[in-house]
Amino acid sequence: MFEITYKEEICPTIFLMKISAPFVAKNAKPGQFFILRVYEKGERIPLTIADYEKDEITAVFQTVGLTTNLLSFKNVGDYISDVVGPLGNPSEIIKYEGSVVIIGGGVGIAPTYPIAKGFKNLGNKVIAILGARSKNLLFWEERFKNLVDELIVTTDDGSYGMKGFVTDALKILIDKGERISQVTAIGPPIMMRNVCNLTKPYNIKTIVSLNSIMVDGTGMCGVCRVEVGKETKLTCQDGPEFDGHLVNFELLFERLKMYQTEEKIAMNYLEEKRRILNGN
Amino acid sequence: MAINPKKTPMKEQKPEERIKNFDEVPFGYSEEEAVIEAERCLQCKIPKCVEGCPVNVDIPGFIKAIKEKDFEKAIRIMKNTNSLPAITGRVCPQEDQCEEKCVLGKKYEPVAIGRLERFIADWDAKRGMVIPEKNDRLNLKVAIVGAGPAGLTCAADLVKLGYDVTIFESLHYPGGVLIYGIPEFRLPKAIVKREIEYLTKLGVEIKCNVLVGRTFTLNELFNEGYSAIFLGTGAGAPQFMNIPGENLLGILSANEYLTRINLMKAYKFPDYDTPVKKGGTVAVIGAGNVAMDSARSALRLGAERVLIVYRRSEAEMPARIEEYHHAVEEGIEFLWLTNPVRYYGDENGWVKEMEVIKNELGEPDESGRRRPVPIKGSEYKIGVDNVIVAIGTVPNPLVARTSGLKTGRHGVVIADENGRTSLPGVWAGGDIVTGAATVILAMGAGKKAAFDIDKYLKEKYIYKKEISWVNL
Repeated sequence: MFEITYKEEICPTIFLMKISAPFVAKNAKPGQFFILRVYEKGERIPLTIADYEKDEITAVFQTVGLTTNLLSFKNVGDYISDVVGPLGNPSEIIKYEGSVVIIGGGVGIAPTYPIAKGFKNLGNKVIAILGARSKNLLFWEERFKNLVDELIVTTDDGSYGMKGFVTDALKILIDKGERISQVTAIGPPIMMRNVCNLTKPYNIKTIVSLNSIMVDGTGMCGVCRVEVGKETKLTCQDGPEFDGHLVNFELLFERLKMYQTEEKIAMNYLEEKRRILNGN
Repeated sequence: MAINPKKTPMKEQKPEERIKNFDEVPFGYSEEEAVIEAERCLQCKIPKCVEGCPVNVDIPGFIKAIKEKDFEKAIRIMKNTNSLPAITGRVCPQEDQCEEKCVLGKKYEPVAIGRLERFIADWDAKRGMVIPEKNDRLNLKVAIVGAGPAGLTCAADLVKLGYDVTIFESLHYPGGVLIYGIPEFRLPKAIVKREIEYLTKLGVEIKCNVLVGRTFTLNELFNEGYSAIFLGTGAGAPQFMNIPGENLLGILSANEYLTRINLMKAYKFPDYDTPVKKGGTVAVIGAGNVAMDSARSALRLGAERVLIVYRRSEAEMPARIEEYHHAVEEGIEFLWLTNPVRYYGDENGWVKEMEVIKNELGEPDESGRRRPVPIKGSEYKIGVDNVIVAIGTVPNPLVARTSGLKTGRHGVVIADENGRTSLPGVWAGGDIVTGAATVILAMGAGKKAAFDIDKYLKEKYIYKKEISWVNL
C-alpha cells in the first residue's frame, strides 16, 4: 500500500499528488513513468513521474477516465494499492552547443519539468514553451520561470500569454534564427505530431514521450505497440521517448481509441465506485 | 483382482454449462475414487514414473500411502520434493512425463498420477495445511527475482534449508504465469494463493511491485546484503509474426488477453475496471497451451465463433492433450496447416479480415517436427473481430540488459546445468533459460538451483572454502 502525502487541485480537473514510494523515488530519472493501481478492482495505468525527492514521487494528472477520477477521490493519508517503477528509459540528457526547447502542453507540462531541469543542470540554454487551452489550465509558470533561460506561454484562446498553439511559438523561435539543437515535446498526441511536422523540414532533433495504453508496463503485454521508423516498438520498454520524426502518429491516435466504448461504460459506474472507495 | 484397464474417471462440468462460466472444469477425485485409482498402481521395484518427473516426486510412495488411506503420509511424501502439488497436479503435461513412463501404460491406460497428486494436495488444503518446523537459521540472505513457478520452488527449498529468502515480483500479485497466464477454469487463483500462502508461512518474504532492472539492479541487491540471487523472470515478452496489418486494433498478444482476464479480472468488467473485448469471431494463432487457454477464454466471454489457426497439423500440436480435448468438446474450430499472412482493417483501424495460406508438411526441421511449407495460391480470407497471437514468448531483455548477463538466441540467459550464469553469485532457471516451456520444468530448474546455491553458500560462508565460479 502506498500513502498519498500531498494533494492539490492545481487547475480545474488537474491534480498534483505526492505518493510515498521510496523504491521508485530512489532510482527515478527524468522521462520515466510509473504504473499505479488505485484499489483492489482497479486497472493499472501509467503516469509520468513529474518530480521525485527523498521517498516521494509527484504525479500530475487530469481527470479524464475512470481511474484518474478514482485517484482524484483519494485524499492525503489515504493509500492506493500499488505503485511500480520507475519504468521506461530515462531521457537522454546531454550538453548541446545550441539551445534545448522544452515544450509542454496541458497536463504534459508536468513531466517536462525534470527534463528541463536535467538539461539546465548540464549547462544547456533551455527555452520552455508551455501551452494551455486557457489561462485557468496553466500551471507551474513560476517554477519554470525560475529554472529556464527563456519562457514562452501560449493559450489557445489568448486569455494569457501569446494567443495560439505551442507550435506558433516554436515557429517564431525558428524564424528569428534561434539555434536549436533539440526539441522535447510532451502533451496531447496531436500537439506532439504538429511539433514534429514543424521541426522536420528544419531537421531539428525532436523527442516526444508517447502516452500509449498499457497493462503491465514492463514489456509483457504488447498493448503499447507503436511504429517507429517502420519498426514495431513497445512504448513501455523501448520508450516512452522516441524520435518524433519516425513515429507513426496516425497509428498512435487509433490505438489510443481501442477501449473507447468500454471506457464510456466504465464512467457510468463512477459514482457507484466512488462510494465503494469511500467505504474503504 | 484384475486391474481396470482405464483410469478412474474424474467428474467435470459439462461442456454446454462450463462455456458460460470461468469455474474450474474438473471436480477432482473423492477419497473413494482416489483409493480405487491408487490400487491400479503396480508399485514397480524400479519406478519409471519417477524418472519422468522433473522434480522426482516419490510417485509409488505417495500412491501407496493413498491406497492405504494414510493421506497424511501421502502429502508428506509429496511435499518432500514438490512444494506446489495442487498446481502441478492441474497443469503438468503428465502424458509426456510420469504417466508416459508408467509401466501399466504399456498395456492399459497409465495410472492417473496427476489426478492423484491433485487429490492429495486438495485434501491437505481442506484440512488446513500443516507447516513443517523450521530449520536453524543460517543468517544468509538469498534474493529470488520473479514469483513464478521457478522462483517459488527455489524459495521454498532454500527457506526450508534455513536461508532468509525474499522474492521480488514486478506485478501486484505473486505467481507469475500461474496468476496472469493460466485461466481460472484450469487453475483457480484461490489455489495459487493458498500454495503461495504456504510459502510465506514457511518464512519466505514476498515483495511485489519491484521490477528488478528498473527498481533495483542486481548490484544493488548484492549491496543490500543478499549473498546469492536466483533469476526466475520467465519468458514474458510476447512474440508477433511481423506480418502486414498486425498492429491493427483488435489484434493482441495472448499475454495481453490473458493478463487482462486473469490478473486484472476483466471477465468481471465493469465490476472490475479493466476491460477486454468480448464476442464476435475470435481467431487464435498457435496451438500450444496458451492458445487453448485464450480460445477457451474467448468462448467464455461470449464469442460466437472461435478458431484456432495452426501452421502445422494436429500431430505436431504442442498443447497438453487434456486441454485440446476440452477445447474440442467446447466447440472450438481448428484450422490445421493454416497460417495468417496479412490482416485487413476497416476505416477506423480495426481488424476485419485475416488472409491465411494453407501449408503442407515437408521434411523435419530442427525441432524434429515436419516443417510446414506454404502451398502457392492457396490464400483465402476469413472475417474476424479479434485475433489473439499465441505463437510463443521470449525472455524479457531487461534484467540481462541492465546487468551484463550473457544471453543466447532469443535473449535466453545462458546458465550451466545447475543454473549458474555468467555472473558470480547469480543463478537462473525456468523459461528465462529454456525459453517458454512448462511449469514443472521451471520448478525442476528452481529446485536444482536451490540445491546448488545451498552448496555454494555453505562452502563459501560456513566452511570458508576457496571456491570457483563457472566459466560460461
